[in-house]
Amino acid sequence: MKSSPGVRPAAVTARGWGWRHAGRTRPAVSGLDLDIRPGERVLLLGPSGAGKSTLLHALAGVLGDGAAGDSGDSGEAENTDETGSLLIDGAAPRAQRGRAGLVQQDPETQVVLSRLGDDVAFGAENLAVPAAEIWPRVREALDDVGLGRLPLDHPTSALSGGQKQRLALAGILAMRPGLLLLDEPTANLDPAGVLEVRDAVGRCLDKTGATLVVVEHRVGVWKDLVDRIVVLQPGSATDSAVLIDGPPDRVLAEARDMLIGAGVWVPGHVPATRMRLPARGAGHVLLAAEGLAVSRERPRRAGLRDGFRTIAPRPVQSGVSVQVRAGEALTITGANGTGKSTLALTLAGLLRPVAGTVAAAAELSSPAAGHSSGRSADRLSRGAGPDPYRWKAQQLIARIGTVFQEPEHQFVTGKVLDELMFGPRHLGYGEDRVDELLERLRLTELVDANPYTLSGGEKRRLSVATVLAAHPQVLILDEPTFGQDANTWAELASFLSELLDAGTAVVSVTHDAEFSAVLGGTELRLRPREAAAADAPGPDLQLPEGASPWGTH
Amino acid sequence: MGDALSLRGNHALLTRANPLAKFTAVTLITLVLALSIDWVSASVALAFELLLLPLAGLTVALLWQRGWPLILAAALGGWSTAILAPDSGSVLLDAGIWSISAGSLQLGIGFMLRGLAIALPAVLLMSCTDPTDLADALAQNAKLPHRFVLGTLAAMRLVGIMAEQWQTIGMARRARGVGSSGNPYQRFRAMLGQSFGLLVQAIRSASRLAVTMEARGFGGAERTWARPSTFSGLDAWVLLGGLGIAAAAVAAALGAGTWNLVFLTRQ
Repeated sequence: MKSSPGVRPAAVTARGWGWRHAGRTRPAVSGLDLDIRPGERVLLLGPSGAGKSTLLHALAGVLGDGAAGDSGDSGEAENTDETGSLLIDGAAPRAQRGRAGLVQQDPETQVVLSRLGDDVAFGAENLAVPAAEIWPRVREALDDVGLGRLPLDHPTSALSGGQKQRLALAGILAMRPGLLLLDEPTANLDPAGVLEVRDAVGRCLDKTGATLVVVEHRVGVWKDLVDRIVVLQPGSATDSAVLIDGPPDRVLAEARDMLIGAGVWVPGHVPATRMRLPARGAGHVLLAAEGLAVSRERPRRAGLRDGFRTIAPRPVQSGVSVQVRAGEALTITGANGTGKSTLALTLAGLLRPVAGTVAAAAELSSPAAGHSSGRSADRLSRGAGPDPYRWKAQQLIARIGTVFQEPEHQFVTGKVLDELMFGPRHLGYGEDRVDELLERLRLTELVDANPYTLSGGEKRRLSVATVLAAHPQVLILDEPTFGQDANTWAELASFLSELLDAGTAVVSVTHDAEFSAVLGGTELRLRPREAAAADAPGPDLQLPEGASPWGTH
Repeated sequence: MGDALSLRGNHALLTRANPLAKFTAVTLITLVLALSIDWVSASVALAFELLLLPLAGLTVALLWQRGWPLILAAALGGWSTAILAPDSGSVLLDAGIWSISAGSLQLGIGFMLRGLAIALPAVLLMSCTDPTDLADALAQNAKLPHRFVLGTLAAMRLVGIMAEQWQTIGMARRARGVGSSGNPYQRFRAMLGQSFGLLVQAIRSASRLAVTMEARGFGGAERTWARPSTFSGLDAWVLLGGLGIAAAAVAAALGAGTWNLVFLTRQ
């Protein structure tokens, strides 16, 4: 393949390399021996804690300033510790800014400036590229990632997640790096966004011939693009850090079971999950929405001239009528920006409807005090009215539980056990359910840990457990499977299917068709506002399909 | 937040001027107005500033939308001065410990006008200046350290993200049973918890953004600028305008005999 001018593919050499983050006792990586030839494309796999992100950060030359990505603690009480050598083209990564370019997971914090063109130019400016050369580079980079049709002063805040990740890629490309480092670049994206980014990376590699190292646990997305898979294992004094190394097909054939065991999404393998019991007829309606219009914005007041009347915000979705039934799953799907999460949060009693109503059935608003005990539970079970938005917070959590996309947003204490006890304590419930949840979601070992220090999968399990500890009859989840490894995915899906069979209603906002297939029930597909406006009435309600655009994992 | 700072669709004359020239002109006017508490210099400056609104692409309605907190603060400042300043001249209103006299009213109006005349140029400046262009000018023309200027600019983008996160964290905590209801103490504690949550997220975002910027080579000693910040004839006019408004305000006050330097004032 022909290289574009200025790009010289980089070689990576690691010899007995290890790294310990400041304030940690165990090294994140140790004893790494690895050679990557110029132009090679490597997919880096391994369980969480194997040091994949640490390696990428080191190669990008951003390790060592206390900026350890998502590790959370910024205490620099102790110094970091580096052993062995890690070199790009025979020199230390820190000494050659711009040789490697890093794209990270979170689209929001990869945008530096507020105008599209300026953001792409930022890296090139920092490398002191002559001003006259920068704008041609910017245009070329934007063309390469498929954003070339947007004006250079397009606001970066108006981009979708997939577009933001492609913008980050363009910003890197304008630096003409010989080594492209991608750290789970598609974990926070919907299926369309994943393909957008993957294809843009492919095009750019074909054009520049640059070396690629990508960390991602969805093998199917990257398998055809890489020519080598390296599996890392958590550092230890005796073993090598590299567990398996070879061409994708060979590694996937030889290490298939091991990878599946480690929670890697291996192509053609859907993790085994519990089957739903056969339906016993329709469940009771717990929540019903009529002609619902939703928005995250609050109503505004008009000026003096208009008599200070209330101006309703522009709804992101309207005309939604849907029912949530006991023991049945409802899946909310639709493209980005169709208001899926906003609708879910409105059903959850967390946002005020712009128009229409959300009404709780008497069974949900004033349940018979059967499943819980204690005085305050009785107080809570007395009529709370039909509108969940008007319920007090404690009335709400005993009825409708909501699991947010980002578990950290919901942590309110400093210990896993306190986190789980928080709801039951305030509601006056017993502790039996907590023990059961700890056991069921494998959190028993972690009761004394700080929630913020848990791994991604553990945080997700904890956030589900904390919400369920309050015994809600309706559980609402926002993208529960985003970025989760296959093990957590299977556990979550099985657990929810159990809950459903036990009579809880589960509403999930998800793009994950296999996940909805496990839960069964109905699908509410939201359409973009323009399309929905063109031909009323509102969204489609249908059964989930077997085939999916997400079939790649 | 992001929308309020964006200049999209604003093609007014002053958007084309160099931000540093605009900044200097605004500073000139502000400095002069800070020197004296008198209503003549303030109202002359205010009158000129209002005339400049169309040049910055502003209408009175837009001005109110963007600058109402400042306008309100100026009005309140004037009101409290009128009430609390020592009485002189005839008393117009007497309500026990509060009284408004001709002298204190004059002082209060002067205070309010001066507050407005100082606040308005800042609103004008931000309405016709893109923050990125301002940063460019401050780093390239005023030779402020680029690490500091660009770091601040990038951090400003996070403010918008934080506003969204505040709302999300509030909902997420309600979903955990932490309500913003109850007695003032409970509300205060709930607020404190939410602020802590936001702080954690803000630090997370900031450290990730720092990695992003460092990975793009930010922080080196040498740097080029894709958007050279240059001066044109328009900037000379902007400076002259600022100087003119400041001079007119002083001259009018001197002529009317109301000019009194704040730090020399004796009652």
